[in-house]
Amino acid sequence: MTTQAFNFKDYIRPRFFPHIWCPGCGHGIVLGSLLRAVHELGLDKNEIVMTSGIGCSSRISGYVDFHSLHTIHGRALSFATGVKLSQPNLKAIVPMGDGDALAIGGNHFIHAARRNIDITAIVMNNRIYGMTGGQFSPLSGSGKKATTAPYTTIDRDFDVAELAKSAGATFVARSTVYHANECKDLIKKGITHKGFSVVEILTQCPTYYGRKNKEGDAIQMMEGYKTNTAKIGSKKLEKNPDLIQRGIFVKNTDVPEYCEAYDKIIKTAMKGKA
Amino acid sequence: MKNKNNIRFIQGNEACVEGAIYAGIDFFAGYPITPSTEIAEHLASRLPQKGGKFIQMEDEIASMGAIIGASLTGNKVMTATSGPGFSLKQEALGYACMAEIPCVIANVQRGGPSTGNPTHVSQGDVNQARWGTHGDHAIIALTASNHQDVFEMTITAFNMAETYRTPVILLLDEVIGHMREKVTIPETGKIPVVERLRTSVKKGVDYHPYLPREDGRLPMSDFGEEHRYNVTGLFHDMWGFPNNNPKVVGELLRHLVDKIENNVNDISRFKEYWLDDAEFILVSYGSSARSAIHLARNRRSRGVKIGVLELQTLWPFPSELVKEKCAGAKAVIVVEMNLGQIVTQVKNAVDNPHNVFLSNRIDGELITPTDIKSLLRVIQGKGV
Repeated sequence: MTTQAFNFKDYIRPRFFPHIWCPGCGHGIVLGSLLRAVHELGLDKNEIVMTSGIGCSSRISGYVDFHSLHTIHGRALSFATGVKLSQPNLKAIVPMGDGDALAIGGNHFIHAARRNIDITAIVMNNRIYGMTGGQFSPLSGSGKKATTAPYTTIDRDFDVAELAKSAGATFVARSTVYHANECKDLIKKGITHKGFSVVEILTQCPTYYGRKNKEGDAIQMMEGYKTNTAKIGSKKLEKNPDLIQRGIFVKNTDVPEYCEAYDKIIKTAMKGKA
Repeated sequence: MKNKNNIRFIQGNEACVEGAIYAGIDFFAGYPITPSTEIAEHLASRLPQKGGKFIQMEDEIASMGAIIGASLTGNKVMTATSGPGFSLKQEALGYACMAEIPCVIANVQRGGPSTGNPTHVSQGDVNQARWGTHGDHAIIALTASNHQDVFEMTITAFNMAETYRTPVILLLDEVIGHMREKVTIPETGKIPVVERLRTSVKKGVDYHPYLPREDGRLPMSDFGEEHRYNVTGLFHDMWGFPNNNPKVVGELLRHLVDKIENNVNDISRFKEYWLDDAEFILVSYGSSARSAIHLARNRRSRGVKIGVLELQTLWPFPSELVKEKCAGAKAVIVVEMNLGQIVTQVKNAVDNPHNVFLSNRIDGELITPTDIKSLLRVIQGKGV
């Protein structure tokens, strides 16, 4: 915990700005929540490696003044696995889009979860491929419109939280950009959790998803996050169980973290050698 | 390792592991694939014994990603694969070219395309090693024909990866990988090992991860140290910031190619046998070179002026060397196990391409001295 006041400029690389995001995009709120989380945890900028893939959300890694690794589409978690296992003292944070994390990168996602390697994956779910101009993603869900679904999608979607949970992630949470403070708190918990943590954040893409599906402008889409979601354990959810749940789904501290488990392998191997 | 010569009788894949250990490997990520799997198996046991890390990833792409990530924290890294896996690694391999990340990729070749002939020999990935990833780029690819050389070329691969800040491909083949042979592992220090060149720029001073020094080398800073910089597969400036300014783009691509192509003489490794007065020259590499050397020795004993140029660096292709060595030859026979991948380069290199012939085998069997002799007899005018 740090007592100094939060200042954006302490954590960003001005050279990278202006950012590439459209007006009304929710990704900036995620970036804000992330930086506030890092600030409140009092982390040293040198101990953070931000690894990302390709897409609008993946550009976050360049904007922040940490060690940053902007990799190839879908594979960020595998690069981050190399960073983390080779240097476990570093904090590995991986901002990912929904297509990046769960279409092209789906295999790496479930295996990082299975290993329980200490990486924090922030899945910024806007239910669309934004950077390429509005194609449907595995999180769009059926009956949605996209440039590659002019007659609506017939593909079903994943539930990120359920998938992460089944694959073995030991910390799984969800929030939305409407709930910026909650986002910050969940990211903090994700970073401090020892093991693979997934924080899904619903974030609006008014330019493509919103426009194609007549969900209105950024403000209306954020209003939607307010009305269509409810905190786990809340009265609101009890009354209306079909709402999208927010909060912590899994927090399991009993499973060994991968790098710590490997350290034991090293001890065993060294003993055998001597 | 005790400070004594260590004589072993091992597979080529294990000789590769011994070379990697000698070169100081810290981290290996891989995925099981025939005929390279023994490299992963041996490193799974050897690496943790010296405090290094081994990880079996979920697929070939992830293995390539993991070694790149681990290289950036300051580790010497390697992965190993064969044809289908090599295909899958190509995108990340191009990333390592673009972001200038030292790493070694062993490809123990088997028959292809596709699943092909997993347990049989081939040298069909020579051009893939050169042009497998998209876009203009330069690459270093090394090979070896016996286990002592596999050991030494593996060390060379690590050394060149560090020297040129680039991925280096170690292009072995199934015969070399699986055959057992004697290897002498020299004491530490006998063979030079190139360590990571780290920046001397102090904390608080602007560090440029992509600004070459006068000697062309680019000092690195490990992730976790004081210098925080951006690594990207996009065209970028000297800070690593994405940049598509035409000048920046053109200069970076030029730099990526020139740092390798301009050093072809330093990168070239080769061996020559009886070339001084040779009228017939066999140009070969990898396990094919064993048959070429065998035949040349045999024909020499019968008075034929024949020699062998064994290439150990395939890329960048040593055109000047080949041209010079083959200048006096009546005929040049390229011996390789594919439909003619290096022969094209040799034809381009020599003064008289009409005197360059291909002796090959593509059926999964090792090319034999008799196979080469059949062609030699035709060229000699002795009939089939």
